[in-house]
Amino acid sequence: MSIIDLKGILTPMTALKQIGKQPHTINFPDEQKDISPRYRGFHYNDLEQCIGCANCATICMNEAIDMVALAGIEGQAGDSGLRPQIDYGRCCYCALCVDVCPSGSLNMTQDFIKVSPDPFDFLMVPGKDNPDAKDKLSFTADMDTSLNVFDRVPMRELDPEERVKSFAEVFLGYNEEEARIEASRCISCGLCTENCPVHMHIPEYINAIAKADDEAAIKIIYDNNDLPEMCGKVCTRRCEDVCALQVRGEAVAIRWLKRYATERAENADMIAEIVNPEIREPNQYKVGIIGAGPGGLTAAYYLALRGYNVTVYEAHKDPGGMIMYGIPKYRLPYESIQKQVDYMKKVGVKIHFNTVVGKDITFDEIYNNSDAVFVAVGLQDAWNLGIEGEDADGVWSAIDFLGKVNSGEQVDIGKRVVVVGGGDVSIDCSRVSRRLGAEVYQSYRRRIQDMPADLEEIEGAEAEGVHILPQTIPTRVIKDENGKVKGLEYVKAEMISEGGGRPRPKPIEGSETLIECDAVIAAIGQKADYSLLPEHILAKLEMQKNKIVVDENRKTSIPKLFAGGDAVVIGRNDAISAIADGFVATKAIDKMLMGKK
Amino acid sequence: MIEKETTLYLGPQHPGITGNMMIKLKVKGDVVTQAETHVGYLHRAFEKLIEGRNWLQSFTLLCRFCVPEPDPMELTYARAVEQIEGREVPPRAKYIRTIVAELARIQSFLLWYGGQSGSSGLYTLGQWSVGDRNYILDLFEDLTGARIYHMYMWPGGVRRDLPEGWVDKAYKTMDYLEKRLEDYNKLLFDNAIFQKRAQGVGIIPKDKAIEWGVVGAPLRGTGIKHDVRIDEPYEAYADLDFVVPTYEGGDVWARALVRRDEIKQSISIIRQALDKMPGGSYYNRIPNPMKWTVPAGEAWVKTESVRGEIGFYVVSDGSNKPRRVHLKGAAYTHGVSVLEKILPGQNIADVSFILNSLGVCPPEIER
Repeated sequence: MSIIDLKGILTPMTALKQIGKQPHTINFPDEQKDISPRYRGFHYNDLEQCIGCANCATICMNEAIDMVALAGIEGQAGDSGLRPQIDYGRCCYCALCVDVCPSGSLNMTQDFIKVSPDPFDFLMVPGKDNPDAKDKLSFTADMDTSLNVFDRVPMRELDPEERVKSFAEVFLGYNEEEARIEASRCISCGLCTENCPVHMHIPEYINAIAKADDEAAIKIIYDNNDLPEMCGKVCTRRCEDVCALQVRGEAVAIRWLKRYATERAENADMIAEIVNPEIREPNQYKVGIIGAGPGGLTAAYYLALRGYNVTVYEAHKDPGGMIMYGIPKYRLPYESIQKQVDYMKKVGVKIHFNTVVGKDITFDEIYNNSDAVFVAVGLQDAWNLGIEGEDADGVWSAIDFLGKVNSGEQVDIGKRVVVVGGGDVSIDCSRVSRRLGAEVYQSYRRRIQDMPADLEEIEGAEAEGVHILPQTIPTRVIKDENGKVKGLEYVKAEMISEGGGRPRPKPIEGSETLIECDAVIAAIGQKADYSLLPEHILAKLEMQKNKIVVDENRKTSIPKLFAGGDAVVIGRNDAISAIADGFVATKAIDKMLMGKK
Repeated sequence: MIEKETTLYLGPQHPGITGNMMIKLKVKGDVVTQAETHVGYLHRAFEKLIEGRNWLQSFTLLCRFCVPEPDPMELTYARAVEQIEGREVPPRAKYIRTIVAELARIQSFLLWYGGQSGSSGLYTLGQWSVGDRNYILDLFEDLTGARIYHMYMWPGGVRRDLPEGWVDKAYKTMDYLEKRLEDYNKLLFDNAIFQKRAQGVGIIPKDKAIEWGVVGAPLRGTGIKHDVRIDEPYEAYADLDFVVPTYEGGDVWARALVRRDEIKQSISIIRQALDKMPGGSYYNRIPNPMKWTVPAGEAWVKTESVRGEIGFYVVSDGSNKPRRVHLKGAAYTHGVSVLEKILPGQNIADVSFILNSLGVCPPEIER
């Protein structure tokens, strides 16, 4: 090396200056490193908040996440009861699981050091195995950074001012683009399926809609629901109550998506062509079904598919039962029901209309000529208000009122109406009354937030100008000299919490108020009318609070007699529960009769 | 002069090779007469695996294509998907992405300092530069939640906004690094050993560089000015002032000088981007990733990665998964073909030294 390179030899020596400087490193564990507030370390899962939807496990491409059952956590509506367990030998800390967690329970923490000779120590249930990490949350599942789409595609609807002018359908339905976008929000967790009385294949048909395969969706839907278009319009949608997205945002519009798919089949022929169900060879068994409501029709349809000779007896001139006579046409048009029933007829369901059992044909005749009988007669009688003056001219029961309006009869309710009740039926009465041109007041015992009616319906009613009078208890119907309704007297109520139950209304003394009106519609519930059943059957039929006792197969205490719909002790009083009854009874009847062979 | 030819295997496990690959050398004495690169020790079939994952899940694999520079992979793939889908990226996200891409460049060059000096026997600088690199990784940790595999830039923008105080921290880190570069110069470029080892070694002829497909610092080290950031600007580069350093010679020395100058340019780019950082959204949301479909189509998108121009060819068949994802990286050209061409005539001791100067990353060759 020549002397000229002396600079090249000496300059690097300046590195010696660095001696004595602080090193980059820290003296662990005496010194702790500052961990970033956004660090992606071990997970922490809030076990209470977690709903076990398994979206974390689904997105994890390392298959590091398993859903496991934990002692003390039971499955319930909207919660699978399972919680994620993470294998840290597989986890790559990408935190996609955090960003797709719909409930926001799964977060990452600043913890990243774990030393153990036992490989199974790295199989952790976050939240259970590291409760202390709760205070070190770092990479969190916030709403604004979440990959879930929390906002639903709004449903287009008629303007309230337009609505009250006719019985035109209020909700206009999704168009194709809206349906695809809405369907793509679904995370396919299946919590909805669990909570649906018929356990419809919800994630599967939503997936088909998202993939623009509407025909596949229709086929999947008809697998266990024969009245899906009706459900798509008016179902009480318990599926949406437990949607994983509703924990922090808006549930997927499962009902509207079902409506979208089923409306693609414009008539019965199209349904038959798309669904193209497999119909078994006819067998020698006959099944009699009493009542062509959702319960009866469902049993009839699925039994017909299984080769049974099915006959339905219906007292009215049209099919559908309560969905035909109880649900206003602005929610469920006549043509929609007719279309679905026409399709059922195509697969072999026979319906005798205008046939009142007990009058036109006896129950015994049906019972003796059938190998099984399914009774789904619904709740035909209204409960009375039980107040003075209820016999006045102009006091209606909801069921009579809606039945008459739906049948196209002229109904005179005058200029001002008071509807009593807080359920869906009461809202229907109020909104129908608005369409008949009346000024409508609705009296409800509790607060608006306590109303059992669908919030969407309540808002719809208010938008149409229905005045809701919460915390009011009717005490007296005032009549004029002709015995006609002149007004309704009510007392105001205060809410009292006693015990653990929901707050109870207590009348406030001296708060009597009179509201002048021309009609009062009582919509406080219905009860069953069993006059079609003969004495000897009623004597043996086990009943409970006016409802027929059935087992989980919808079998009554009488041989080969099954029952379903609103008039049985199982399920809620809604169409989808009736469909579930019909579906379950179908399977039980099939098993009973095929077992004979 | 020894006439007997001997076969020598360098790798697949060798401290001079940054990953697993093997170079089969024919040597006479300590002079290489023929070199043959053998890869296949690190094949993970990432491109194939991505075909079985949805568009977002792919990102956890993409960043693992190459350990020293995960970010350009994310960025290029994200841009390709955005191009097929026609998804807009908010201006703020473009600036953040530019900063991340330049931080990635600096941290990768700091790692290169370690490899380049280490392979010439100068170990001190490697300790310094890797130590200083951690301050950049700290920035990444604050911004993305992770130090190496960020999973941060994805279609529509970036995953999280700049955290509070991050901009100040970034300015301070840049100031610190700028000062440290002078120390590095004294240890490496002013060092007689490095000068002797690097000058005139591993020459890529200027007239062959384009033909051989050389990109990045090795190309600019032959005096050819080519940089995707300038030629086809993406993200925020068009709004920012910077020069592309070039040096003549095509040897290890020229390539080292290019990288040294590029760090300075990157620091300047980051400062400008921080100064001009626009407000607004950082992310144009994608739909639910489980059901997110990208319209049928294809895209070929180029980015100036740390090691030069890389490109992603992405094909969508309209489903929620890519039909094909292909990376054209710099490492394959440099590590397999160029290396074989320039090694004959070089000293055995310079093989790792030259390999480092080409910026070869075996994981990226194999994917």
